[in-house]
Amino acid sequence: MQPLCLTATTVVSAIGCGMTATAAALRSRRGGLRPCDFGDMTDGYIGRVDALDTHRLPSTLRRFDCRNNCLADLALHTDGFASAVAVARHRYGADRIAVILGTSTSGILSGEQAYQARKPATAQLPEDFDYTHTHDMFSLADFVRSALDLHGPAMVVSTACASSARTFIDAYQMIASGMCDAAVVGGADSLCGMTLRGFASLDLISPVACRPCDAERDGISIGEAAGFALLECDGNGPALLGYGASSDGHHMSAPHPGAVGAIAAMRAALATGGLSADEIDYVNLHGTGTRANDAMEDIAMVEVFGAATPCSSTKGWTGHTLGACGILEALVACLCIEHRLMPGCLNVTALDPDFRARVLTDNEQGAVRRVMSNSFGFGGINCSLIFGTSVGE
Amino acid sequence: MTVVVAGVSVWGPGLPGWAAARSILRGAEEYVVTDVSLPPPDLLSANERRRAGLATRLALFVAQQASDMAGTRPGSIPSVFATSNGDGAVVHTILEALAAHQPVSPTQFHNSVHNAAAGYWSIATGSQQPTTCIAGHDSTAGAALLKAVAEVQAEDRPLLLCVYDVPLPPPLDAKHPTDGPFGVGLLLVPGQASGGIARIAVRYANSTSAADVLPRLPALQGLAGGNPAARLLRLLETLARGVPDTLSLSLLDGRVEVRVEPCSPAVTFSN
Repeated sequence: MQPLCLTATTVVSAIGCGMTATAAALRSRRGGLRPCDFGDMTDGYIGRVDALDTHRLPSTLRRFDCRNNCLADLALHTDGFASAVAVARHRYGADRIAVILGTSTSGILSGEQAYQARKPATAQLPEDFDYTHTHDMFSLADFVRSALDLHGPAMVVSTACASSARTFIDAYQMIASGMCDAAVVGGADSLCGMTLRGFASLDLISPVACRPCDAERDGISIGEAAGFALLECDGNGPALLGYGASSDGHHMSAPHPGAVGAIAAMRAALATGGLSADEIDYVNLHGTGTRANDAMEDIAMVEVFGAATPCSSTKGWTGHTLGACGILEALVACLCIEHRLMPGCLNVTALDPDFRARVLTDNEQGAVRRVMSNSFGFGGINCSLIFGTSVGE
Repeated sequence: MTVVVAGVSVWGPGLPGWAAARSILRGAEEYVVTDVSLPPPDLLSANERRRAGLATRLALFVAQQASDMAGTRPGSIPSVFATSNGDGAVVHTILEALAAHQPVSPTQFHNSVHNAAAGYWSIATGSQQPTTCIAGHDSTAGAALLKAVAEVQAEDRPLLLCVYDVPLPPPLDAKHPTDGPFGVGLLLVPGQASGGIARIAVRYANSTSAADVLPRLPALQGLAGGNPAARLLRLLETLARGVPDTLSLSLLDGRVEVRVEPCSPAVTFSN
């Protein structure tokens, strides 16, 4: 594939607002998880973005007001992202930049609040509940396109926890086919009852802060995050070098125990990038902290890379940010390259003795030229992305 | 650059499958809304058939029919699934449970993901092919067709596009009224392929007067505006009639422009 440059990036999660704060948290091994204090829910730990409590949308965009779009807006106005897009808008034209964003639950928290506010007599939803601009999946892309004053193609990609990872692939195909010249990719997912209670129903919420790859790991901690990248054919900085996607064809919520889908996605990413396994310096795992995912991913790692390539999960810092984990961890990958850093898993007491991959549990410094980032989702959807420095650097 | 439509399918009110719909869409038969229920998805095991909601069963029906028409083994190529509402019945049940502080059903929860139909399709067909799942509210059809054609061109390989929507249950239905159910399957192959139904070229255009081009048949115009997937009715009519056409699908304040050229009559699909 022709590499695509990430000419502007921004990220917000429980470990900080912006690329610099995120890098500092990774370097100092300062995680962002805390006991759940969201609504009336108290199960397990969460990765909550405190800055959301005071962030408001501009009055012209008030119809989009919901937790998810506020989180997106916070990210748009971090790291100078909106300004960088404005420059690109002048260069390409507002109709030549696509907005392709991932989310698994969009503004469904607004739907939850509307259901609670129903009038018992009629069971109707409140009149001021703006389903289209909040709860609906597409509202995220509609909002970001409006906030950035773009007029190009727009879509939301919703492939569960692989949503925002998949936006890189969909955007690459749109740019390669000439449907647009550049694209804003990434996405947002925010805390809500749907996911906190839904994952609890599957017994997948850890009572403690999640500890991916630990022998005693017992589930996920849910977090919220938003992140965006501007993808262009030319530019400096980190670049998307390869991508792979696959389906498990196995089960709606359990990964394939033999990791066939994950292996296929990882190998496809190497193939589109024209790279061999030994050209990858570090793999940022999907690494959710569930028994099944991490065991499956260890099998995939060893199958594709052997037992020597360093890998780790950063979900011990941020929690599992669901549809946003793809962009969050893509940008972590970019920070790893920039800062020559491989962040070891947080919260691990003892690695799972059955694992054969080289899982890092402490930070390591060194040359990091190319990073693979994995994202897997319900429905058996797998995406692997490879990031590196763009040609000429 | 063009892509070839090698297979097409439809399910909607009064349009129970392509074979029956084709003569209606050509204007040869009157459009009458009949109460025909969706055939059970024979691809799914009994267990999964019980778990899959109407949206998933609709998507699987049109996905399979389009694959069959093109002679493509179901699940053997990548796919794009697109829906505005997803499975509204599942989302509604979970929202009710949350509001009442009742437990959420784990099966309902994993069925609530927007890519549920794509997941069941890959399970049913044993497919490891890539899939992406698009949401675009009332612009879903235009966004999905643009994305699907882009993927066929960029990857130079066939792709299954499946666009479907079913009505939301009350009280959500008041917030996004949706007729239906309505589903469309299109099997798209790279432009150099021989045979097929029609060649299509797709591009995005910024427009101050974005509007969907309506179906020719007045009886179908209401349905076309009443379900996000039914916005493809004009394209379906054009494919059924085997005529050239230029149509557009709205995408927010822009539009997706679709130029259609029928393939030569000798190889036009006949049924």
